Formats: sequence, structure tokens, C-alpha cells
Amino acid sequence: MSENKTVRFIITRQDRPDSDPYEEEFVIPYRPNMNVISALMEIRRNPVNAKGEKTTPVAWEMNCLEEVCGACSMVINGKPRQACAALIDKLEQPIRLEPMRTFPVIRDLVIDRSRMFDALKRVKAWIPIDGTYDLGPGPRMPERKRQWAYELSKCMTCGVCLEACPNVNSKSNFIGPAPLSQVRLFNAHPTGAMHKAERLRAIMGDGGLANCGNSQNCVQSCPKGIPLTTSIAALNRETTIQMFRDFFGSDEV
Amino acid sequence: MAGNREFYYRRLHSLLGVIPVGVFLVQHLVVNHFATRGPEAFNRAAAFMENLPFRYFLEIFVIFLPLLFHAVYGIYIAFTAKFNTRQYGYFRNWMFMLQRITGIITLIFVVWHVYETRVQAAFGVQVNYDMMANIVDNPFMLGFYIVGILSTVFHFANGLWSFCVSWGLTVSPRSQQVFTYITMIIFIALSIVGIRAILAFA
Repeated sequence: MSENKTVRFIITRQDRPDSDPYEEEFVIPYRPNMNVISALMEIRRNPVNAKGEKTTPVAWEMNCLEEVCGACSMVINGKPRQACAALIDKLEQPIRLEPMRTFPVIRDLVIDRSRMFDALKRVKAWIPIDGTYDLGPGPRMPERKRQWAYELSKCMTCGVCLEACPNVNSKSNFIGPAPLSQVRLFNAHPTGAMHKAERLRAIMGDGGLANCGNSQNCVQSCPKGIPLTTSIAALNRETTIQMFRDFFGSDEV
Repeated sequence: MAGNREFYYRRLHSLLGVIPVGVFLVQHLVVNHFATRGPEAFNRAAAFMENLPFRYFLEIFVIFLPLLFHAVYGIYIAFTAKFNTRQYGYFRNWMFMLQRITGIITLIFVVWHVYETRVQAAFGVQVNYDMMANIVDNPFMLGFYIVGILSTVFHFANGLWSFCVSWGLTVSPRSQQVFTYITMIIFIALSIVGIRAILAFA
């Protein structure tokens, strides 16, 4: 029975970073428990479009296949999400696949997320522990706080929150919700907190925290359920204090 | 950090929208509401405001300069957004879009309103009950004023909400939700005050 069942795809393709996008339709045989990745693999195995013409295989990115790496993010039926976690049985057909155009498109569904990694560097999203000698164990973290911080650490830099944000676009240089929330994560760490002011000052810079317009699409779209808007509001409070500290001086070092 | 003032401009924009512009708006609507008690009451209240000491100082530093900064920077903010309510029809995203649209409507309304009243006053025209009654005698202008008032009041009420987020006063989702209700009550209450006043002139 399932032999003649098919899945229909309309995929937005683009041959080169500077060429125009176009749509191509594919019809592939249905298999139970398929996801978008396995469907794309099927197209790659037999790159023939719905008109029966031979075409180039669709390019996309993937890695972990269990929604923890963030590489396979794309716009599926209008919503940005991970292709690996998008089950065919739960999608309305024809399934429309588009690249997340907030980012530069390299080819077909492959995008360049460099801006996110640059932003992580800018906000110092790490804990500096390297030295020329053993610094010994750092301060301990309460278990309750560790569990709380773990939720923030689930961010996989997938770019869905930037895609959903109306303030991340070609007219603005907003770094987006993901790197902001990482500032809250690393400032919450007892060792990371030693560089708290540096991170806060980084997001008080160009394209930083203040660019948030509170549309709150990010928190609705995050595949990991990270409380992004709570992070942003908490950072708003922290930067308010930091701003006064920097201006008036502070007795705190 | 040198040379980059964006963070401070944004915070200033947020602050000025509430203090003094928002405070002035509430005061203005309340004074207008005297019109519901008749022309005399309104003219007395308007005359009181007009004869406040340091009038020009107050007008420049409490109204015009803050309003000018809020308006100019607000246009920049509104036009750097790319609305996507069609794809992401969440409540807050709609409010995000409405905040920017009502901002632009409010700006058009306020420019016209200031020209029609304060600028005319500078040329020696009396600002009183009759002036407003003449303006809203035209049903189109009455409609324009009602839209203008509603959009201004919405922009203020919803702006209070984002002010509280932007300054870190409401952090948790629950506090933001409660404040959404509070600001919507403020929107309805101030709308009633404003609409009652403008209808009193009609």
C-alpha cells in the first residue's frame, strides 16, 4: 500500500551565493518515519525533479541528526527549525523548504552562520581558565543554579531565533538573542562572573542588547525552549546597573 | 566603546517616551477632559496651563526637545524593523508591529496637531474651546483626531510595557504578563479620557 505513496517537496534553490533563488519541485517515494533529512538524502540519491528532469542534488548541512548541533536549520513550511527533527508525517504537503535567508545563502539550503560565531567571540562567551600554571579549582556552583544554567547552555547556535527576530535583518546590525543569552550563562558561572563587566560592556556596544524590540518571537521559536526573553530582560537590568557603575564609579571592583 | 552611543541613545529614547513625554501626554489628556464640563471650564484650565511660570522653558525642555529626540530616533527604530507577523503571529510580535505603526501615525498626528494649535498660537491665534470646536466640526478632522488620540494612547501604554522590559524592571515572564494587563487597562482608561474630551468639542 505504501509503495505508491509519495511526498511532495517545493525547495527554494540557489546555485551560487550571488545568483537568484528559484523553486524546484520534487516528488519522492514515502517511507514510514521519514524526516526532512532522510527525504533530502533520497533526493540526493536520485536527483530528478517532479517534471522528471535530471537536476543537481539539493545541498544542505547536517551533523548530529538529533537536534543538538544546530547545523540543519532551515525554513520548513514557513517556520525555521531543524530538518532532522521535522518528521514528514507531521508536516503538511507540499513541504516547502527554504534557507534561513537572514544569513548569507551559500548554496540551496546551506547558509553561513559565521555572524553568530563572531558574536560569541565578541561577547566573550567562554570562561577563561587557561594560565601558565595550575590555578586550582574555582569557586563551586550550587546544584540548583547549575541545573538552571544547563537550560541556557542548551543553545546550539542554530540561528532560528535570529531568523524569527524582526530586528535582525539587512538594515540593522543586531547580534540577535542567542549570543545575548550566552552572556547571561557565562556571567552566572562563578568563575565566568569574574569577567562579568567585560561581557556586559560588549553587549552595550554597537548592535548589542539595546537593539532588542521585544517582539519575543525568539522565545516562541527556540527549539530548545531557552528563556531568551527572560535572559534579555535580566541583561537589561544588569546593563542598567553597569551603566550607572561606569558613569558614577562604584565601590565594587 | 568609543564613538558608539547606540546603547545610550536607545535607553534615552525609552526614558524620554515616559518621562517627560508620557507624563505630559497624561496631563494634556486630563486638562482636555475639562471640556466635558463645558467651554468655560476648558478655557479656564487651558488659560491656567498657558499662564504657567517659565512657560517657554517648560515647553522647550519638557515637551519639544524630548519629543523631537523621541520622534527622530523612533523613526529610525521603526524603519530598521522587518515585520513578520504573517509568519510569526504571536501576540507580542503584533504589539511590536503596532508599536511602530502607531508611532508613525502618532508622529503625523502630533505634527499636524502642533501646527494647528501651538504654531497658530505663536502667530497670535487664541487657543480655546472654540478653536477645537471649529477643528472637529469637520467630521473628517474629528475622525483624524480620534485615530490620532487612540494611536498616541496605545503607543504610550504599550511603550510603558517595553520601557519596563528595557530598563530591567519586569524580568520574569509572569511579571511581563501581568504588566501587559496593566498597560492594556491604562490604554483603555486613557482612551476613554481622550475620546470623551474630543467628543465634548464636537
